[in-house]
Amino acid sequence: MTTALQTAGLLDIESLDRSEIESILERAHFFQPIQKESFRRFDTLRGKMIVNLFYEASTRTRVSFEIAARRLGADAVSIAAQASSVSKGESLVDTLNTLAAMRPNAIVMRHSASGAPHFLARYLAIPIINAGDGTHEHPTQALLDALTILGRRPKLEGLRVAIIGDIAHSRVARSNIHLLAKFDAEIVLCGPPSLLPRELAALSPRVHLSYDINEAVRGADVIMMLRVQLERQHEAPMSAGEYFRFYGLRPEHVARAKPDVIVMHPGPINRGRELSSEVADSQSSVILNQVENGIAVRMAVLERILA
Amino acid sequence: MKDLLITGGRVIDPSSGLDVEQDVLIRDGRIEAIGPELPNEPIRRLDARGCVVAPGFIDMHVHLREPGIEHAETIESGARAAAAGGFTTICCMPNTLPVNDSATVTSYIVQRAREVAIVNVFPIGAITKGSLGEELAAIGSMREAGIVAISDDGRPVMNARIMRRAMELARALDIPVIDHCEDLNLSSGGDMNEGAESVRLGLRGIPSASEEVMVARDLLLAEVTGARFHVAHLSTAHSVGMVAFAKARSLDVSCEVTPHHFAITDRKLATYDSNYKMKPPLRTQADIDAVIEGIATGVVDAIATDHAPHAGSEKMQEFERCPFGITGLETAIGLSLTELVHKGRISVTRMVELFTTGPAGVLKLDRGALKGGAPGDVTIFDLEREWTYDAQQSLSKSRNSPFDGYRFRGGPIATVVAGEIVWQREGG
Repeated sequence: MTTALQTAGLLDIESLDRSEIESILERAHFFQPIQKESFRRFDTLRGKMIVNLFYEASTRTRVSFEIAARRLGADAVSIAAQASSVSKGESLVDTLNTLAAMRPNAIVMRHSASGAPHFLARYLAIPIINAGDGTHEHPTQALLDALTILGRRPKLEGLRVAIIGDIAHSRVARSNIHLLAKFDAEIVLCGPPSLLPRELAALSPRVHLSYDINEAVRGADVIMMLRVQLERQHEAPMSAGEYFRFYGLRPEHVARAKPDVIVMHPGPINRGRELSSEVADSQSSVILNQVENGIAVRMAVLERILA
Repeated sequence: MKDLLITGGRVIDPSSGLDVEQDVLIRDGRIEAIGPELPNEPIRRLDARGCVVAPGFIDMHVHLREPGIEHAETIESGARAAAAGGFTTICCMPNTLPVNDSATVTSYIVQRAREVAIVNVFPIGAITKGSLGEELAAIGSMREAGIVAISDDGRPVMNARIMRRAMELARALDIPVIDHCEDLNLSSGGDMNEGAESVRLGLRGIPSASEEVMVARDLLLAEVTGARFHVAHLSTAHSVGMVAFAKARSLDVSCEVTPHHFAITDRKLATYDSNYKMKPPLRTQADIDAVIEGIATGVVDAIATDHAPHAGSEKMQEFERCPFGITGLETAIGLSLTELVHKGRISVTRMVELFTTGPAGVLKLDRGALKGGAPGDVTIFDLEREWTYDAQQSLSKSRNSPFDGYRFRGGPIATVVAGEIVWQREGG
């Protein structure tokens, strides 16, 4: 039986069933130790071709998808769209039609416009994996964050997760909120008012909003810091100094959370902007684990869609 | 061949309160008589049994894209789409290339319409030169050349002082000022209604307040100047409330709503289909409820489509890059019947009013009534026939309709302009 994932690909977390998420995480858990064996490969996806189409600069996500594809025996071609015909004025549909003519088995796509993969999914029969669309979702990031949390906690249910920063422009936040809500975690969103629209509370009854970081981190199992997305903010909410003073994560905040709190960040981090160096380098920080888990999760996703 | 006898239909004429099964006789392009069993002489006949026969419908808000943007629509193709939608008269907004801000452009549109349009076309002139909001356009000269109103639709006048001057002039010229009410600072960069849906979809929002602050400003200016002021495509609950308030104060103000703003909400955006992208954006169910209440109670004067054709390639882009606007001429009657009349919100007579005496009153057009001597413009529609809209078959040059594939109950059957049958539904 073909699942929705196999036909449409992975467009967002919101439309994914909890059971589907569980099976991806389970498979990713199996792939996790393979990170330590750098030559270990599978041939599950032998003969399959995956096109990584990145309309937005990205190093870690793109490389992570490339490695995941190769570890499964697939051929992966990466196209940085800024350098290709896109900059010559070719439309998104034309580019995709051209790529479709090359008959890849899946397209991994990163785009600065929210909904760009959804738009293409309506016109292409090839499964599309969303590697981040504008300010909408970044589904594989939420999956790898869940895998990372599960490395330190037995389950997601009942965890208190504080997500701090530029929530309005964060696709990572949206995907994480949807995923964590499906597993009945308590989610506290925290940021300056212009980056924390009140309507976020409508995403799930599990979501609470706070403008005070001290309040948000109290008793937290997980603190997720978000990158300040200067490129997506159309007006600065406050000066960098003021931002760090009120929303930057420092050791005194971590002390208010659970003793074994997990501090996460999707990267790349701006030290002294979103979190202090002490926090970034502390025992609580799992930022490098997040990078490793990215490959395992993307292997699981590719396998599930293509195998 | 300007003689026509329309037989056996249910004649509804809101201007005279008529609602009766009778014949309508048009001679030399003008209404001659309405009555039972009109003279049995050799004359062209149109069998309207089982249908409503109404005064020709008027769409006071369309974009015909000519001159300058003819790949999306022309006066000719837009007029054909209008006829297929049951409209006998359309008023075209000035945002062409060049902008209709001078008597030259107005005359071109009037002349071109005379040559190629199968329905009546009345141009609306710009308020400011180039619709740039800085300097008043040649409003008096355009008036002489044939405009029926002024508007900087799509590029609203942000400077309240200039708007005030425009209203003063419009009052002297006895034409209404139509405003696309949008505070561009508040709406800047937005792609859809601001609210829970925009936050969920990661699309930038256009707050209701961006419309409402301008409705409020313009209503206050209308009071100061005594101008006739008309709110284009009103979309929010507060806007309805403010227009109702102004009317209660006996100001000479009016407003229109589009079918899409009473039919569908911002929840449709979940597919990121740019055919749901327009300004003002689709709002919430609470707004729809208020708008329909306004339609039912008489706060709303007209239904207008804001028919805004865009070539396919323009709508085949990332959502945030797509232009705003959808076509609407061919689906307006279907939507009004399906969403308003058949859901028991308004009577069919009230619906006819919103397409005839309503807009005719706003623009002071001598149309919209089936009285002797009036232009022989008649809209014939069916109340019950179920049909499916196929945008690919549209007579417009563009296909950007969110109602492609929609099922409607009731729709246009034939369109008569000055006694000529300019469109008739195939097979019937």
